[in-house]
Amino acid sequence: MITLNVNGRARTVDVEPEMPLLWVLRGELDLPGAKYGCGVGLCGACTVHVNGEPVRSCSMAVSEAVGKKIVTIEGLSEKGLSRVQKAWIEHEVPQCGYCQTGMIMAATALLARNPHPSDADIDGAMTNLCRCGTYLRVRKAIHAAAEATAAPAVKKA
Amino acid sequence: MTTALSRRDFLKVSSALGGGMVLQFSFPLTAAAAQSAPSTEVNAWVVIHPDDRVVIRIARSEMGQGSYTALAQLVAEELDCDWAKVSAEFASPNEHFRRNRVWGSMSTGGSQGIRSSQDYLRKAGATARDMLVAAAASQWKVSGDQCSAANGVIVHAPTGRKLRYGQVAAAAAKLTPPTDVKLRDPAQWKIAGKAVHRFDIPDKVRGKPVYAIDVKLPDMLHASIAQCPVFGGKVKDVDASAALTMRGVRKVVREADFVAVVADNWWRANQALKKVKIEWDTAGNEKLDNETIAAMLRAGLADASLPQARKMGDAPAALATATKVVEAEYQSPYLNHATMEPQTCTAWLKPEGFLEVWTSTQNGEASMSAAAEVSGLPLEKIEVHKMMLGGGFGRRGAPQDFVRQGVAIAKAMPGVPIKLLWSREEDMQHGFYRPASIVKIKAGLDAQGKLTAMHTTIACPSIVKSLLPSGPANGIDGPAVRSFSDMPYTVANQQVDYAMRNGHVPVGFWRAPGQQNAYYRESFIDELATAAGKDPVEFRLAMLAPNDKNRRVLEAVARAANWSSPAPAGTHRGVAVADGFGSYTALIAEIAVTPDGDVKVKRVFIAIDSGYVVNPDTCRAQAESNVVYGLGSILYQENNVKNGRIVESNFHDFKLPHIDEIPQVETVLVPSGGFWGGHGEPAILGLAPAVCNAIFAATGKRVRTLPLKNHDLRGT
Repeated sequence: MITLNVNGRARTVDVEPEMPLLWVLRGELDLPGAKYGCGVGLCGACTVHVNGEPVRSCSMAVSEAVGKKIVTIEGLSEKGLSRVQKAWIEHEVPQCGYCQTGMIMAATALLARNPHPSDADIDGAMTNLCRCGTYLRVRKAIHAAAEATAAPAVKKA
Repeated sequence: MTTALSRRDFLKVSSALGGGMVLQFSFPLTAAAAQSAPSTEVNAWVVIHPDDRVVIRIARSEMGQGSYTALAQLVAEELDCDWAKVSAEFASPNEHFRRNRVWGSMSTGGSQGIRSSQDYLRKAGATARDMLVAAAASQWKVSGDQCSAANGVIVHAPTGRKLRYGQVAAAAAKLTPPTDVKLRDPAQWKIAGKAVHRFDIPDKVRGKPVYAIDVKLPDMLHASIAQCPVFGGKVKDVDASAALTMRGVRKVVREADFVAVVADNWWRANQALKKVKIEWDTAGNEKLDNETIAAMLRAGLADASLPQARKMGDAPAALATATKVVEAEYQSPYLNHATMEPQTCTAWLKPEGFLEVWTSTQNGEASMSAAAEVSGLPLEKIEVHKMMLGGGFGRRGAPQDFVRQGVAIAKAMPGVPIKLLWSREEDMQHGFYRPASIVKIKAGLDAQGKLTAMHTTIACPSIVKSLLPSGPANGIDGPAVRSFSDMPYTVANQQVDYAMRNGHVPVGFWRAPGQQNAYYRESFIDELATAAGKDPVEFRLAMLAPNDKNRRVLEAVARAANWSSPAPAGTHRGVAVADGFGSYTALIAEIAVTPDGDVKVKRVFIAIDSGYVVNPDTCRAQAESNVVYGLGSILYQENNVKNGRIVESNFHDFKLPHIDEIPQVETVLVPSGGFWGGHGEPAILGLAPAVCNAIFAATGKRVRTLPLKNHDLRGT
């Protein structure tokens, strides 16, 4: 038995240690927000956070995730929509939307470590693939979310 | 007539009943899943709740193009309801069959969604509105002429009395529908024509399980599939002994042309599949490769007795007397659709002899037919749940291979729901590819540099032939000859010959089928402009009739890109004009070529005339989408054939562009009214030629084959 910390809850699963985290989330924990796209870490549709870092869950064995905080898109939006998700809706980013949960997880991780990313920062961090071609709006929405993130900080001060 | 629970109601009912009896549906439900409810079906398209919520049925699929919302906008516009209270649901294919195809075509392709259904959808909205008004007038015992409806409220002008749609919907549904409804002038639109937010986006950003890959059913099992890597091959022998001992594996299904492993988790199924020893009968196709395919196409070009897709004047004679003759040969590779969601289908053959299918389909009816064919069940015993598609681009329309396989696997384990999901590798190697083609063009210019004759010979597999064994009429495949057979330029002598050479690689409708020809034609027109010493825009304008809509979009894009002024420092421009899918487009690409020979597409200007625009934001999104989809095929993508099979297997050797490679896209919508054109595909047509013409402007090198990764553009 393997116990994982997923979206703030302890979840126990009976799986092989080498099963990729993606297939534990999708197949065993009923968390289908992370998608299967390539299975080899190229497309990023399966991106989740592991200890705050964006990780390709198709390429991480579940055993490597033990003892770490795993957050999926379902956990991101538990308390309503995040700023990134709101920006995604405002800018009508998704088309088919299949890659977008991975995009949102990658963008959220980027903004957490770099609240005001430049275009070059976005280019470096957003390595996810989108077949519909939503990249222009992904960029716009990240900048918009960065501005939205800044606003409360000013308020606090 | 009382009907259908809306999706939200059904969810409420589901949770009220609790687990066990009712499935935990949280994905879009079809109308057939509905039971009795207080809502009223005013007509097949319009369902109104007592609290004025309006549910609009959508027959076409949603794959990101936005018509799930835009089609609803058209109905709501004529219905004149409160848009804030409108939602959409997919019409049920099973109910569609039982109700004599009341929702018309369910096919979602060819950029047809809006343009081929706008008339009956707007009439459905207007009809419902008139019935609601008549019901209110009847309740008030006044003449309908004294009543009007707007924003979901009917008003009796003389007395100021009001009734809401929700109050009269049940009475309205009992009335005889009027047959002479008047449609609104698009200039007066209040809901259509506006950039309303798409219905499907909030669930998508929340990660809700809206896709076929997300379907979850009680005690569901998972399947991974292996088809013969060599197209046309069959299963000869299978040794599944090792796989059957692996954890979670329940069954190995062997069919004539595939083997599937069924397990309790997809990863386990896929791991076990790798341990199944399969011997294939490749039937001689293992000898086929790029070279044999090119030879087949070239033999077609050399055929002296080809059918003609266009003949105007006498091209060979005019070429013989031309002052200058220009000849070129262009070529394109096979291309996979590579939808981000690999092919998937969940099928459940229920004990009572009813088959349920959940899939990502561009055509719910085609899915149902495929399911019927394999299951042997009549159509009334089959339901297809249309899920949101993780990409379509033509892959999930005509070929319903994944449904056939899903149902065959379900048949092997009756009573058990099984979700078939293809691995990416399987998806890359078993597509219905954009056809490879070779085209020879010969044209003549007169002493003034005017194009007088053009003779084009096209060797290309026929998509139509792959779908209809009888083949296309007169041996001419429409997509294979388009852009040449319907070239808008006023050239007196034109001949287009078509060599249908099919080969063993399955071909299909890849976003904007036949678009290779737009690349060839518009690149070659650029070659002619150079030969004539003319400006590429001027050269084209001189050959477009004064009232040709291509002319207007070309002028619009030239203005937007400031064509008459030099390109920004370090960049070069190319132009292309292409009409298709009911719309007219012109593109200008602004590019730079690095010293290493890499091409950076900086900006793309697109002018598009689709007659009308139902959702301008969605139309712009489609233009952006076409640029990115097209860019991948320009820069990197090709599917090579070796030993009878596709060489590429995943995104490392079939690359998609990353965010840092995407140009700015400036879309100019110039709807001129009077016709309805599509948006899903036309903007891709001009991209490759505009980029390649810009490369010529930058380097003097003419790119006659794609992708660019095979070209050395250094030292320029």
